[in-house]
Amino acid sequence: MDKSMTAAEAIGRLESGMTLGIGGWGPRRKPMALVRELLRSDVTDLTVVAYGGPEVGMLCAAGKVKRLVYPFVTMDAIPLEPYFRKARQSGELSIMELDEGMFEWGLRAAGMRMSFLPTRVGLATDVMSRNPELRTVASPYDDGEVYVAMPALKLDAALLHVNVADRLGNTLERGHDRFFDHLFARAADAAYVSCEQIKDQLQLDAETVQDNRFERYLVKGVVHAPCGAHPTYFGPDYGWDMAHLKAYNASATEEDGWAGYFNHYIAPGEDAYLKAVGGAEHIRSLSLPAF
Amino acid sequence: MSEQATLAELMIVAASEAWRDNGEIFASGIGPIPRLGASLAKLTHSPELLMTDSEAHLVSEPVPLGPRGDHQPKYEGYLPFERVFECVWFGARHAMIGPTQIDRWAQTNLSVVGGSYEQPKAAILGVRGLPGNSINHRNSFFVPQHNKRVFVEGEVDMVCGVGTKAERWLEGARRDFATLGVVVTNLCVMAFDGPNQAARVRSLHPGVSFEQVQDATGFPLLAADDMGTTQLPTAEQLEIIRRMDPHDIRAKQVKDNPPAVPEAA
Repeated sequence: MDKSMTAAEAIGRLESGMTLGIGGWGPRRKPMALVRELLRSDVTDLTVVAYGGPEVGMLCAAGKVKRLVYPFVTMDAIPLEPYFRKARQSGELSIMELDEGMFEWGLRAAGMRMSFLPTRVGLATDVMSRNPELRTVASPYDDGEVYVAMPALKLDAALLHVNVADRLGNTLERGHDRFFDHLFARAADAAYVSCEQIKDQLQLDAETVQDNRFERYLVKGVVHAPCGAHPTYFGPDYGWDMAHLKAYNASATEEDGWAGYFNHYIAPGEDAYLKAVGGAEHIRSLSLPAF
Repeated sequence: MSEQATLAELMIVAASEAWRDNGEIFASGIGPIPRLGASLAKLTHSPELLMTDSEAHLVSEPVPLGPRGDHQPKYEGYLPFERVFECVWFGARHAMIGPTQIDRWAQTNLSVVGGSYEQPKAAILGVRGLPGNSINHRNSFFVPQHNKRVFVEGEVDMVCGVGTKAERWLEGARRDFATLGVVVTNLCVMAFDGPNQAARVRSLHPGVSFEQVQDATGFPLLAADDMGTTQLPTAEQLEIIRRMDPHDIRAKQVKDNPPAVPEAA
């Protein structure tokens, strides 16, 4: 059982029109090597489900996104994601805007094969009025409380970046916060996982094994992609590349800025990308941010 | 020493008061001034507060803002986002955030402004956690530039955080977990605690008049019976603030970093 494959093979499993979940959070733990491969592919008309960071901006800029399901899109230290803003303000992007916790609830529902989970969150806000497909449900018990029935966010596929994986699909996630990657894996029919380090088969002690956050039966492909979260923050291996994020942000104000960014950084392939951004050694020297 | 305090420092002290007598809950100040306010609260009147390093760890002492040199955080627990959500839904949190818009019903917006929802003039961040925070636990607000673009005349363009507008609440929905704290701005401290939860000015910052605040607000304000002047920082508070913000990040939070007392300029 060897699930290892190239990024191109993993992205080759995706089809236009799919619903694609992307792990990580804002500018953290984003599977950027897989996203860049997706940007190089002809896959389009995606419904993207993400706690959005620069990957959402890039996919929007490249015209890959038909519908976006999100609670936010931000690069944190650079609060406003420029290409997401352009897409959102164009009026052409179909969206489902949700609270962060409702979004989690939707992933959980999908992972538990539930059609919905109840929550108070979203009531008395425009999340309900702007998403008229959302329905409410009354408690069947004596309290009778009325809740939002948060529908399952079922994913065709999920893309994740982890610290270590083996060829069987076992993964280790380190760093201070692994966010909701395990729920994306569970909500998807197929999770494709890129990793900093790949092993034939993990042999772990009882402490290290706690970094394994979801089962290998969820993982359909393992891609060795060192520095694959660059330019986002990937603890504890490297911090975000603020100089690169600033340059990416600035490209949005230039004429044909996205084409310029794409042609310079993404089109030539991942080896060329790593060279263009200063090499693996440079990336691994990027200090972890202090908040 | 108080004479030399900046307006930002006065706002930090005002923010810290939001967490007084909250009990043993998670104090979450989003952005430099709210975070310094929460830190000051924990280091002075409310040591029982839980606080994180703004990443994923509960710390027994607030951590300074920005690069920390050789400062080692004193961890006492783990609170990644998954547990933050659990904490939110449990209700044991008081957050102070800076919304893009706030209306007379205390509804807040961080999503889009202007134009239509489908084609907004400006996309901001998205609803983020406002729907969940606002319906589950106490929330306070921070506004560095008090004006009618923030305190809007009608409803906010996208209601992200719930408020007191009765028509927005379905019958059977629980409203009692949605509680409001204070609003700290560069002009005053307000709260939605007047009759029918109308906005009421609790204190004016030194040199600011009620009329000036009203003119900068898109909806009618009341004055609290005991409306006074916002307290200036004490020497002890200033010492703590400077220790918690060694890189003077607070100086960039209010336009032109004015002094707390205008005459001192």
